[in-house]
Amino acid sequence: MSSEHHLPIIHAKDLSIWDKIYIPQIVHGLFLTLSQVFRPKFTRQYPEERWDPPASFRGRPVLVEEKGVERCVACGLCARVCPALAIEVQGSETELWKERYPVKFEINMLRCIFCGFCEEVCPEEAIVMSNEYELTFTHQEDAVFGKEKLLTSAQTLAPRLEYLRKNR
Amino acid sequence: METIISCGKVVLVLGVLLGVVAYVVLVERRVAAAIQNRIGPNRVGWQGLLQPLADVVKLVMKEDIVPNPADRFVHDLAPIISIVIAMTTFAVVPFGDHIALFGRDIKLQIADVNIGILFILALTSVGVYGITLSGWSSNNKYSLLGGMRSSAQMISYELAMGLSVIGVVMIAGSLQLDRIVAAQEGWRWNIVLQPLGFVTFVVAAFAETNRLPFDLPEAEPELVGGYHTEYSGLKFGLFFLAEYANMVTSSAIITTLYLGGWQLPFVHAFGFSPIVVSLLQVGAFCLKVALLILFFIVIRWTIPRFRYDQLMNLGWKVMLPVSLLNVFLTGIVLLAS
Repeated sequence: MSSEHHLPIIHAKDLSIWDKIYIPQIVHGLFLTLSQVFRPKFTRQYPEERWDPPASFRGRPVLVEEKGVERCVACGLCARVCPALAIEVQGSETELWKERYPVKFEINMLRCIFCGFCEEVCPEEAIVMSNEYELTFTHQEDAVFGKEKLLTSAQTLAPRLEYLRKNR
Repeated sequence: METIISCGKVVLVLGVLLGVVAYVVLVERRVAAAIQNRIGPNRVGWQGLLQPLADVVKLVMKEDIVPNPADRFVHDLAPIISIVIAMTTFAVVPFGDHIALFGRDIKLQIADVNIGILFILALTSVGVYGITLSGWSSNNKYSLLGGMRSSAQMISYELAMGLSVIGVVMIAGSLQLDRIVAAQEGWRWNIVLQPLGFVTFVVAAFAETNRLPFDLPEAEPELVGGYHTEYSGLKFGLFFLAEYANMVTSSAIITTLYLGGWQLPFVHAFGFSPIVVSLLQVGAFCLKVALLILFFIVIRWTIPRFRYDQLMNLGWKVMLPVSLLNVFLTGIVLLAS
């Protein structure tokens, strides 16, 4: 340590006589605290008032349904990229133009970490993160969502799809 | 018949006290929430009024865990001491003037002992045992530290408390609480006649009840739970209730000594019947105690906690000389008049 650097010695300010008694400051504090009582409260009364997430919110992943059929072509990229190994896809042939479809598509919601990688990697924009965040189960088996629970129409998902279009 | 009336008074006071203590917990949570821009418990029953019931049921149903190396007997005894002392102190507090019922003149005070205020000071000293024993019997270094700190704190502030009381006793000329209240007629409340004593007594009362800003013995960031770390279930509930009961009792004592007890100035000017006057006076007492309890609560959420050495500093180097000064000044004024 160099002896040329003299740091200024800062002394604590001495308290004035009013400060030493503490009581004037306590009264001031009481005014502050009591004035907070008359300000608006920030509590959301939950089941009655629910939160509507913005389009950028990553809720639970869902399969996009267009014209009555899923967009998914069972390529398996989402299952491969999922860090929590929550997705299971089994593909098969179909007569539609896309030629492939998922005969079994399951996401285990207890494993899903809502990271959104599946949505990012999907080439068909067939799986997106919806804005639903309310998930409760009473049995572990109920947590594995099959295609019926995952299919949602593209109309419901329009805000999210719009957000993805703008920010991809 | 006298015993029946006394028993009636005991049942009434105990019932009201226990009920009030349970609801003070709810009031504290809602006032704290209001100060913090949020709503407190409002789900259990209308506006949360059944919350204390839910809390009691929860605490009763919890498992009573006692650490293996702990001294079982003392561990069980300590919360009992705390809660019994907290409630017994209320026995000498006069909550009203006489009331004429059933053809008798009933004094609204459970026990009119002739040592009055000394009884209360003695009991608060015994109350220190509850905390010390719980700290020691838990076989846990944090509990022990909490218990030791708390007992040292309570003993230090008892001196300031006793000396402040001397000022009041000098003015009233008696240790008996009903005479102290009777001496505070009209404008003569002791808060006006003894402002310094009032301040020292209130500060000492905060320290006695282990209430912020003096709650280092039970502060979570400091000592986990302090002296009640190793307690669960109903025993913890008893400590919790004992703290709030101490708060209510301290408010009642401060009201009796300094705020004129049940005195309600100008109540006799309206010419009500004696029973109505007595009831109004009981109502005045309850109102004053309620306001003091609110004061206790709001101060908790306003002032930061004292560090232990600052606390002991305050107790011995500030409160004690100031209360001695108060006794001195009161003596001079009384001799001069």
